[in-house]
Amino acid sequence: MEIFLQQIVNGLVVGSVYALVALGYTMVYGILGLINFAHGDLVMVGALTALQTMMFLMGVAPGMSPVAMLTLSLLVAIPVCMLLAFTMERLAYRPLRNAPRLAPLITAIGVSFLLQTLAMIVWGRNYHTFPQLISTTPVQPIEGVFITPIQITIIIVSALMMAGLILLVTKTKLGRAMRATAENHRVAALMGVDTNMIIALTFVIGAALAAVAGVMFASNYGIAHYGMGFMPGLKAFTAAVLGGIGNLGGAMLGGVVLGLVESFGAGYIEQATFGFLNSSYQDIFAFIILGLVLIFKPTGLLGERVSDRA
Amino acid sequence: MHTNPTSPLLQLGGMQVAYGGIKAVKGIDLELYRGELVSLIGANGAGKTTTLNAIAGSLKIAGGEILYEGEKIHVLPAHKRLRRGIALVPEGRGIFTRLTVEENLRMGAYTRNDTDAIEQDLERVYSMLPRVKERLAQIAGTLSGGEQQMVAIGRALLSRPKLLLLDEPSMGLAPLVVEKIFEVVQSVAKEGVTILLVEQNANLALEFSQRAYVMESGKITLTGSGAELLTNPKVRAAYLGEAA
Repeated sequence: MEIFLQQIVNGLVVGSVYALVALGYTMVYGILGLINFAHGDLVMVGALTALQTMMFLMGVAPGMSPVAMLTLSLLVAIPVCMLLAFTMERLAYRPLRNAPRLAPLITAIGVSFLLQTLAMIVWGRNYHTFPQLISTTPVQPIEGVFITPIQITIIIVSALMMAGLILLVTKTKLGRAMRATAENHRVAALMGVDTNMIIALTFVIGAALAAVAGVMFASNYGIAHYGMGFMPGLKAFTAAVLGGIGNLGGAMLGGVVLGLVESFGAGYIEQATFGFLNSSYQDIFAFIILGLVLIFKPTGLLGERVSDRA
Repeated sequence: MHTNPTSPLLQLGGMQVAYGGIKAVKGIDLELYRGELVSLIGANGAGKTTTLNAIAGSLKIAGGEILYEGEKIHVLPAHKRLRRGIALVPEGRGIFTRLTVEENLRMGAYTRNDTDAIEQDLERVYSMLPRVKERLAQIAGTLSGGEQQMVAIGRALLSRPKLLLLDEPSMGLAPLVVEKIFEVVQSVAKEGVTILLVEQNANLALEFSQRAYVMESGKITLTGSGAELLTNPKVRAAYLGEAA
């Protein structure tokens, strides 16, 4: 029983990070029909920018409280990622707005390589220790079930950000314009919506979520490096497809479900295969799910329409 | 900007529109004065919809000019033309099918910030279109064609347009519904909104319009008052289904 509950906790933690990143994929897909494969790398840029900021702050203000330091580093990482996403959209994707679908998709993969390479030049190829500013000493809310304060923070922050996004999209005029643009660019423009601005904004909001996800991800594992965005990016993409790409609720659901499947998979894979495979194979679950969804339910859990795209 | 009231609100001068290399509108001249209801009739593929889309900014023009309140507006993107007072009810209605009816209507007021006036305008739209009011929370994609057309017109009115472009408002609708829609169009015209109407149903369009233009394969071939064109034998033969 404790193991079961423990897997739920682990699954929720990693799942909420996937969900935050998956939202960025799904929002951009919803509005442009583009899979922005460079989105995962924003997670990395967020984490490394935050790391850089922390190093700087530790140098100039060694006595600063950990929470203040974390907050300040987020306040740097978020705008940096937003600006990067804005630039990416403006320079790489907008000129291809009316090009055949494959062109922006391949461009996205190219942008991903570009970001990783630039990060490698700036931050080197080594793994960096990421300061764990929130305690990693586990508490036991239930005997035998461990959760660290950083993990609790991850779940709460993710939930708050997702709630905020849902409110923005469903309740505000801006959100209404985003949904209208996603459905029909031309008619949205006829309503006076500056659709280019809305599309840029969609990238920028997704980037902010990715930056936060990156900082939380790195805080949880205590490590950051230039390639760290690749795997969570792919997993989050899987989560978005699982939930039904283009659907915000789907991305959240898909992220949490994927996190849980991975966590249970990692927890029980050794028993299930009689020791042939162990928990280091946990990554296979995401891609088994991706395959199964694409074969049996390409619309995902909450998707409405069959997608013939990319 | 102050403009002479006797100068046209909208003036197309040699306007051309092309799809790829193919010219769909081959240099047309058209004038629209404040308060007029003018229709543009013609066969399928004559370039009527293309003309409206070019005025609203959904399509770029390939030559000539579009003057609105004396200004060359063909350089502006669609969203800025709406802010100048040009609203298009597109062919096929262009309803946001995944938004609710109320959200669709509010999209019409997207550029406005006068909250109280928006609420008043919403009430006016409801009183004009009582069937819409019963369905505010409904997803717009579930409405019937006639109801969607009403929402599309109501939505356009919420931008408080000076120039309303209507593209085939009767398309695919039952005669009774068409009658309702034309009642609405007339009441909007009475309030002083200038209207350019594109219609397949030439009989209906000419009956309601002060003036009309006849378009044939990308050119304007005939113009006159609604009554004149209704009795013109050429028009009757070509568009009103009578033997010549």
